[in-house]
Order: sequence, then C-alpha cells, then structure tokens
Amino acid sequence: MAASLDPAEGLTARPGRPLRAARLRLSGFFWRHRWAKGLLLLAPPLLAFGLVYLSSLVALFISAFWTVNPFTTDIEHIWNLGNFRTLIDSSAYRTIALRTIGIASAVTLTDAVLAFPFAYFMARVASARGRTFLFVAVLLPLWSSYLVRVYIWRLILDQDGVLNWMLNKLGLPDQHLAYTNYAVWLIFSYVWLPFMILPVYGALERIPHSFIEASRDLGAGGFATFRRVVLPLALPGVIAGSIFTFSLTLGDYVTPLLAGGASSQFIGNVVYSSVGISNDVPFAAAFATVPLLVMALYLTIARRLGAFEAM
Amino acid sequence: MATQAPVSRAQQKLAATSPAVRLIGIRRTYGDVVAIDRLDLDIAESEFFTLLGPSGSGKTTTLRVIAGFEQPDEGHVELGGVDVTRVPPFERDVNTVFQDYALFPHMSVQDNVEYGLRVKGMSRRERRVKAQEVLERVRLPQVASRKPLQLSGGQRQRVALARAIVNSPSVLLLDEPLGALDLKLRQEMQVFLKALQRDLGITFVYVTHDQEEALTMSDRMAVFNEGQIEQIGSPAEVYEHPQTEFVAGFVGVSNVIERDGRRITVRPEKIHMRADDGGSGEPGVVREVVYVGMVTRYVVDLDSGGELVVIRQNLETSSQQALEDRDKRVRLDWKPEHTYEIGKEG
Repeated sequence: MAASLDPAEGLTARPGRPLRAARLRLSGFFWRHRWAKGLLLLAPPLLAFGLVYLSSLVALFISAFWTVNPFTTDIEHIWNLGNFRTLIDSSAYRTIALRTIGIASAVTLTDAVLAFPFAYFMARVASARGRTFLFVAVLLPLWSSYLVRVYIWRLILDQDGVLNWMLNKLGLPDQHLAYTNYAVWLIFSYVWLPFMILPVYGALERIPHSFIEASRDLGAGGFATFRRVVLPLALPGVIAGSIFTFSLTLGDYVTPLLAGGASSQFIGNVVYSSVGISNDVPFAAAFATVPLLVMALYLTIARRLGAFEAM
Repeated sequence: MATQAPVSRAQQKLAATSPAVRLIGIRRTYGDVVAIDRLDLDIAESEFFTLLGPSGSGKTTTLRVIAGFEQPDEGHVELGGVDVTRVPPFERDVNTVFQDYALFPHMSVQDNVEYGLRVKGMSRRERRVKAQEVLERVRLPQVASRKPLQLSGGQRQRVALARAIVNSPSVLLLDEPLGALDLKLRQEMQVFLKALQRDLGITFVYVTHDQEEALTMSDRMAVFNEGQIEQIGSPAEVYEHPQTEFVAGFVGVSNVIERDGRRITVRPEKIHMRADDGGSGEPGVVREVVYVGMVTRYVVDLDSGGELVVIRQNLETSSQQALEDRDKRVRLDWKPEHTYEIGKEG
C-alpha cells in the first residue's frame, strides 16, 4: 500500500464502507473545530441549567416585586418594593434572617473544626484499609433518609430520650436541649459533616509528602509546618466544604421544623408558610433572595481571600 | 537555633577533626525488604561526595537517613562528630534539595527562600537581604516575586537550591536534583553546582544514578548495589580500578572477560582495534557498530570467548566507513597496565 498522509485518500480507496467514511468525516470535523466539540458536550447541561435553574431564579426574583391582594389572595402584577420594605422594617423577620445566618455560620465552623483532624487522619495517617473503612463510615449515614436521621436525633435528645437515660446512669443531671436552637445547631452539624470532610480530605491528600519534609528540613517543627504549609494548602478544601455546609443550612427548613422550638424559625420556614399557608408567593420570593445575597457575598469574600487560587 | 541541644566543649573539639558525616553500621528495612545493611561511611568536611547506584540500591535511603527523614533500625549517624541518630530533621544542621524540588506553591520565590530563616525567627529585613543575596548567587535575582509555578524547570531547580543554601548548613544533601532537566541544562548545572560547592566550602552529598554526573562532579564517590557500598574512591580510582564486576559494569561499560581463570576488565577507550593481520592480540569479529557522533562504539565477539566493547574516536572515519566495519575480522590489543583483575561477582 502506498504511504499516504491524507486520510481522505484512504477513504476513497474503500468505496464499500460509506458508513465508516461518514463517521470519519464527522470525527474529522470535530477534530478540526474544537469549539463544536465543546458546544456539543456542554449543550445538554447548559440547556437544563438555563431552562430549569436560571429561569426559575429569574422568575423568583421578578415575582419578589409583585404583591398579593389581601382580599382575593390573587397575585397582582404591580411593581413595588413592599415585600422588601416589610422584611427590613419588621424586627421578627430580621431576627429570623440573623438566626438563620448565625446558625449556618456556627454549623460551618463546628464542621470545619471537627472535619479537619478527621480528614487529616484519613489522608495522612491511616493505612489504606483504615482509609477505606473511614470512607464507608463517613458515607454510610448518607444512605439513610435525611428525615430519619433528624427523627433519630429527636429520640436521642428528648426529655426521656437516650441521652438523658445515659446521663442518669452516670449520675449526671438531665439536659434540656430538645426543641432549642442548640438542638438545631447540633443536628445540622451532624448531617452536613460528610460534606466538609470529603473536600478537606481531597485537599489534604493532594499535598505532596515532600512539602512537609521540606518544611521540616528547613527547620520548622510540627506546628509551624502545619500553620505555614498544611493549613494554607488545605484552605481551598475547607472553603469548598464550608460552601456546602453553609448553603445547605441556609436553605433548610426541615430540621428547624422537626427539632427546633418556637423560636427556631429559619428563613426556609417563613418561605414554607408564606407559600403553603398564606399563599403569599411574592413575599416568599422576596425572603428567599436573602440567602442568595448572603451566599453571593460569602463567595466574593472567599474569592478575595484567594481560596480558589490553589484549586 | 534556640532549641539546639547544648554541645559540650569536648564535643566541639572533636568536631574540628571528625568527618562532616559519619554513618556507622546503618541498617534500614521496610518490612521484609532490606534497603540498606551494615553501611559504614565517612564523608569529609568540604567534600563533594556522590552516592551512585541504580534505583533501589539504597542511595536515597542513605541520604534520607542523614537528613533525618528515616530512622535507622540499627547504627548511628554523626554530623560533625555529634551523634544525631535520634535528632529530628528540623534540628539537624543539614538541608536538602529535593528531587521534585518541593517548592511551596502558595508562596512567592522570595518567601520560599526565606522560609528557613523565618521559622528560625530572623528579622524581616535581614531575611530580605540574605534571600536576595542567595538568589543572585544562583543567578535568579529577577524572579523573587513570582510563584514557583510560573518558573521553568531549571529556574525551580535553582530556587530549591537557594532555599537550602540560604540557611548555610554544614552539609547540603541533593537528591537527584538534575534528574528532570534536559541534557544541556543538566551539563550546565553540573558545572555550576561544582563551582558553587567549591565557593561555599560546605559538604555536598549528592545522590544520582547517572555515572557521568558522578564522575564529573565528585571529589569522592560511593557505588551502591543492593543496599551496600561496593566501592568508595575518587572518580578516577573507581573508573580505572573497579573492584567488583558490578562497579565495572555500572561505572562505564561492562568489559569483563575471563582468561586463565582470572576475570579481567579493560575500559573500551583503552583498546586498540585493527584489521586482522594475524599478529598479536585477541582475534574476534565485529558484531555491532553504533555510530554516536564523536565516537563509534563497536561490540566485538572474541574467538576465545566473551565480548568487548571498543570505542574509537571518529578522527578521520565517516559514519559510512564506520558502519562498513560490521562483520569484519579484527584484532584487539591493549597495554597490560590498563587491565584490572576483579573479584568474582557478589
């Protein structure tokens, strides 16, 4: 066979296989036009993203500027800032917003503190088998329903629950955590912990061992090595995890509803009752923009701190 | 260093005369695998000492034992006459240039170089001056504010070097530092490193698997094989008087033949080859001809058994002429003083 550098020549030499020729021509087209390949790959997710996610977000934002007729409970398409004015003026809504953000921050901080040593052990200390076991231990709770886990915490924290039973056995006084903000904080910290452990583990695992040796070699002890090398390089993982824990807590309403008390209402609970009980979708939409803004602010700050640079 | 153990007067006196590095009966195993065994080594003050050997021969483990990253199962490590076997790496007066450079990616070049000084608590101004000085020494004064990822491989290599020598260690350990560079850059760096070592006057312990690198740079070298040292000596001694078959083969070309029950070796460039004229010397047939530019390498099958590699400079021959020598009968001659008897393998 004559050596030929032109693939098209090889194609014409096999007239009996038009299907293969067409396939090769198509491959050639995508090979020459990289953008077309990119477009083809991105089209389905972009379509879904644009239609389902972005359009509903825009609809949410627009409806926040509408209002509800108090007599007919029909939505009136009149542009106004009334919903936002209510949010700012009413101290009850302010408290709810601050409580939501406060508990979300507390949960994030708690998870970061709990997850870091755990992830460090997984990534840098544990044997291969130990690591597999710990992975299963972290992921296994995610197989059970979120609701079930919240209910189990209720059983633990109840006045005559497991925790008090154990405390009594040890001769200690009862705890009264059930249906308080502390219970909400505790349960959130528990359910979102895997979402912090995994990204922190990923970040720690990517740090080459030679970095730590280099630091020790240059005279840094364990603490200095941790502070100057390990922590800064693991920070993107912590930030990634905190985005999960913070946003998941910010948007939740189930745990406060089931395990919180009368003063444990979250933004989500107000949204839920605005839509479900008073049928005031525009107000719910207005309140729902608050976590959106908080997250936007949070991401901006994280970016400014250089959290995404090492990713 | 604030945390350094107090050194007695007697020890200081001893330090003046003892070797920079002394290893006594070192043994290190990983499970069933013996990485190094019964290793004794003295490295003198201001010496460029190379640990040469194939991968898995224990040379890197030896370096890591000196640095303190590995604890030996048996034996002692002395630095300047002081036993440091149980001293952690951050309290040893040695610094390492890592094979992968291990530059901290989140710090600028300047901060990388200052790292050792900073953790020792040196003031910012002093650090700046010293770092700039060292960066100039490695000919990189202009990249101080850049991040390591923005540098070329050769530049990173020199930053790693600067980061180690800025601490003025008594011993500098280099773990195959030129392995990732291309040939030309590697040759430049060999000359540069040698000059730097002479200039600084500190002991260099250099790990490599490249025999040419070992021969060009070292004052003395140790050839490693399977966790043990086969031979220690100057490059000329090791090259011209290999004591074992392994050394003969690893440093240079294995040219070992057996004659009258003796195993002798002769270096390929010491052999004189001529067309077979029935005269003196070993008769044989050229089996293979490899033209390598400056020289041509011939593999000759000898009539009395064995084979020898012969190297001839291409003074007048062209590649065409050289390749025509294949399958020709030749005679090989060498001076008796250029052959060396070596021990049996093992």
